[in-house]
Formats: sequence, structure tokens, C-alpha cells
Amino acid sequence: MEGDIVQMGAYIGAGLACLGMGGAGIGVGHVAGNYLAGALRNPSAAAGQTAFLFIGIAFAEALGIFSFLVALLLMFAV
Amino acid sequence: MASENGGLVIKPMDQFQVKALFGGDISWYTPTNVTLWMALTVLAATALMVYGARGRALVPSRAQSAAEMTYGFIYKMVEDVAGRDAVRFFPYIFTLFMFVLFANLLGLIPFAFTTTSHIAVTAVLAFTVFFSVTALGFILHGTKFLKLFWVSSAPLPLRPVLALIEVISYFVRPVSHSIRLAGAMMAGHAVAKVFAGFAAALGAAFFLPILAVTALYALELLVAVIQAYVFTILTCVYLKDALHPAH
Repeated sequence: MEGDIVQMGAYIGAGLACLGMGGAGIGVGHVAGNYLAGALRNPSAAAGQTAFLFIGIAFAEALGIFSFLVALLLMFAV
Repeated sequence: MASENGGLVIKPMDQFQVKALFGGDISWYTPTNVTLWMALTVLAATALMVYGARGRALVPSRAQSAAEMTYGFIYKMVEDVAGRDAVRFFPYIFTLFMFVLFANLLGLIPFAFTTTSHIAVTAVLAFTVFFSVTALGFILHGTKFLKLFWVSSAPLPLRPVLALIEVISYFVRPVSHSIRLAGAMMAGHAVAKVFAGFAAALGAAFFLPILAVTALYALELLVAVIQAYVFTILTCVYLKDALHPAH
């Protein structure tokens, strides 16, 4: 047994930060799924909208990245 | 990588260590593996563009097609996302794309070092974009640039709240911009390393993790290109905000 309770809390918190991935996954899946639904309804307009698809995915993903940042801070900065 | 007492010892983060090329302590001028691979990245990108554009053949060779297609692809993206008047910033955006793309792709070579997996590297790229875009906005529009935070299409009582949110999201941009790229690169390489560690530990069933690593490698190729694309397209989005700040 080594370490202290602060370190334990930091490790548990870093593990909990992984839950943020779930939220980002829902968000990215929502963007991509809706894009596909729209693209299947009107395939001719799909090609022009791929840029917005990637922008939307990037923004949805950013929140997941913040949970990764929190995990990093807990592991290495606290 | 099985240790002496039978347990698994996988060190997936060891591959991201910065090492001096010729030994000794690391100072700001020491050539390290990061400098080496960044130099190789610049060389590879320059080589493709210079070698590709050298012939200017009517029927392009493979190198010329690759160079022309990347050029045309990014040119169209700048035009579509940031607008016609953003094209004068195209050289910078194209340089950014080529650097990130080649850094990602070169990092996928076994035993190579992924420079973009370090937040220090991507943060420099992202903060350069952030500061230059902000300065550009103020130079072009003066204080009218602050209209970016004042959402005039929203009801008046909501506007101060929205302004606060807009300001926060504006200053968070370089953070998410840089960590997205570094995080994706770091996570992908760490996962590949963990699976490679399984292959060493499983003994007779070693082919299962190797199949997984092969599939992961294909995915990583895709991620390398998509992350370079996303990095560039977000630069275009930020540039558009600086050129046309009014909502």
C-alpha cells in the first residue's frame, strides 16, 4: 500500500472522466446519423455538405476532448 | 513484454518520450527526435510538392496528381468554408494542412516519432492560428470585430448571456483545436502499442492481437488524414469569423 488519498481520488477522477467519451460518442453519432439520413433522402445534395459534417463532428468531439484534458490534469498536474 | 513474475508490463506512453539524438541533456538547441521528425515532415511535404509540380505535364504523373489533388482540395475548402476573400490566406492554410498531414502520416511508420502527439507542438500551431486570426479581425474591422460576440439575431435580454458564452467559447478554441489533434494521435498510437504488448504476452495466440493491430493501423491511417483535414477546416472556420464577424 503506497500513495495517499489525494492520489487515489485523482486516479478515480481520471477514470470517471472517461464517461465523457460516452457523451461525445452520442454527439458524434447523432451528427453522423443525421447526415446519413439527410444524404439518403437527397443524395445529390450530400457532397456539398461534407464540410459541415466534419465541422459538426469536430465541435461535438471538442467536449469529449475536455474530459480527456480533465483526466490528463488529474493524472499529471494535481 | 511479460515481466518476470508473469504479469503484463505494457508501457504504451514510452514512445512519446523526447530524447536527445546524440545523448546528453536536453536544452532548447539540442537536436532531439522531435526536431528530426519535424525536419523530415517538412522535407517530405516539400518533396511531394516540388517533385510533383516539376514536370507540369498535361497528362499528370502519379506524384503530380497527388500534389494537384491536395492543392485543389484545400483550395476549394478555403473557398467554400471561409469565403472568396479568404483565398489570400490560402498559402498559410495549405502549409498548415501539409505539415499536419505529413507529421501524422510519418508518425505511423513503425519506430517513427509522432510529433503531432505532443500538445506542445499542436498548441504552437493552434495558438498561432488563434492569435493571427484575432489580430486579423481587429486589423480589418477595428472594434466592430467585437460584434462577433454580440448575437444580434437573439432577443435583447438573452444577448448578454450569449455574449458571455461566445467569449468563453472563443477563448477555449485554441485549447480544443490543439488537444483534439494531439489527443487523437496519442490515443491511437497508445492503443496500437497496447495491442502489440498483448501479442508479446499471449504466446501461441499472438496472431489475434496482430490482426487487431493491422485493423487499428488502417483506422489510424484514416484518422491521420481526417484529423489533418479537421485541423485545417477549423482554421478556415475561425478565419471566416475574423473576416465576417457580424452575426
